[in-house]
Amino acid sequence: MHDILEHKSRVSPKVDLPFMAPTHPIAEPGQRPFAADDYQTVGSPFVDKAKFAMRDVNVFYGEKQAVVNVSLDIAENEVIAMIGPSGCGKSTFLRCLNRMNDTIEACRVSGSIQLDGQEIYSSKMDVVPLRARVGMVFQKPNPFPKSIYENVAYGPKIHGLVNRRVDLDEIVETSLRRAGLWDEVKDRLDAPGTSLSGGQQQRLCIARTIAVSPEVILMDEPCSALDPIATAKIEELIAELSENYTIAIVTHSMQQAARVSHRTAYFHLGKLIEVNDTQKVFTTPDHPLTEAYITGRFG
Amino acid sequence: MDTLNLDQHISNQFNADLEQLRTQFLEMGGLVEQQVADAVRAIETADGALAEKVRRTESEIDRRELELDRVCTLILARRQPAASDLRLVLMVTRATADLERIGDEANKIAKMAIALNEDGASPRGYVELRHIAARVLKLVNLALDAFARFDVDTAKTVVRDDSLVDQEYRTAIRELITYMMEDPRSISRVMNIMWALRALERIGDHAGNIAEHVIYLVHGMDVRHMPFNEMEQKIEQRTGKK
Repeated sequence: MHDILEHKSRVSPKVDLPFMAPTHPIAEPGQRPFAADDYQTVGSPFVDKAKFAMRDVNVFYGEKQAVVNVSLDIAENEVIAMIGPSGCGKSTFLRCLNRMNDTIEACRVSGSIQLDGQEIYSSKMDVVPLRARVGMVFQKPNPFPKSIYENVAYGPKIHGLVNRRVDLDEIVETSLRRAGLWDEVKDRLDAPGTSLSGGQQQRLCIARTIAVSPEVILMDEPCSALDPIATAKIEELIAELSENYTIAIVTHSMQQAARVSHRTAYFHLGKLIEVNDTQKVFTTPDHPLTEAYITGRFG
Repeated sequence: MDTLNLDQHISNQFNADLEQLRTQFLEMGGLVEQQVADAVRAIETADGALAEKVRRTESEIDRRELELDRVCTLILARRQPAASDLRLVLMVTRATADLERIGDEANKIAKMAIALNEDGASPRGYVELRHIAARVLKLVNLALDAFARFDVDTAKTVVRDDSLVDQEYRTAIRELITYMMEDPRSISRVMNIMWALRALERIGDHAGNIAEHVIYLVHGMDVRHMPFNEMEQKIEQRTGKK
């Protein structure tokens, strides 16, 4: 039993997908922007126990195809880094994982994306709980214009996770502690979230994300607006969080990908070129394009 | 990824840095090669002046080793190289140490040349010395060639032939020991040749190491401490899969 799924704002899908089997590129008639042969995914995109299982995912912005036939698993408690030049589709792909692309009118997604075996683009899937299960941290820290306490408490409140004030207090404290921010803000929880430094704001956003007990955290270049010290703290945090959460991170810093992730996925022109253990990708990548990118031979 | 394009980085300075690294390494290699050749010739022709020259040049090799290490450190600090670039830098630091050791061994051979001039020529061992020296010089030359061209086949040849040198070395030693037992008065002179042979055998080992580093550089496989057959199999697997 397998749903064929598609974003609601666009026409229905045309293909039947064999269960879990990646197929060859599904291009629109007369639209084959990429040479398929050179761009077959190499490495090990699949794992035994997948938290997320994506098969033949295609994403279109209007006529333009941003993600081409990507099949990839993300394992539980894994940190997977997605790297690639600008416009390679890595952010677009990441945003599919909690249906962030729904807000973009012209965006159309096809293929199968399963979270614990459930199709997330199914019409039966409610995006609000989905986004609680799959949280997201953005490039620029975006705290709500509320107090530090309210920033973290907001999610649990609207999702109805708590009834009593003490429980809420506890969630706020635990989340801030996990985000490594508690000691810095515990005396000024009523101060506005925006009064914190950039690095603190980003950790506040991470605290806000984990306050609703997500299973997966998506991070879209979480450190690109931060200085090296704040970056180091976030990276440290990623390592700690990976004990409890599955993390997918998009980053432009290859050193960061090398430092924080277990596996690395390299995207190029919308295609998933290579997925391998991070250690392998940065010492002996399998695909020439990966090699060229991580050694700075093109960009 | 088996082709290395040192000159295709976005950063031209990085291209230049890596090219400089490669050139400096090959220069040092050429110098070391010359040292070994000179040292062997100094023994064969009892040329004391040539032996002295080898000993003087030794400090130049040490200087180049330090310089190459400095360049490697700078590249690591400045560029944080990855993949083949990283392997090149690592390979050069390792292989430079091997070159320096080859230089040391050439120095030892030169010392033996001087000792033989003082103690008088050895009655035996020159044929074996000439034979093994020719083989070892070829190995050093091939190892450097393999690096210059990133050529795994040549590197494999070096690793394989190094074991031949080891065999011939053992045969030569057995023969010289037999001779010394028959004529104990010659022991000190024959020992000089034996030390030189020992140095040559070590040089062969270092050439083999450099060849293994080349395989690491090209294929990203660490083939050190691995029997030749296993190494060959691994390379086949790697290249067959591509």
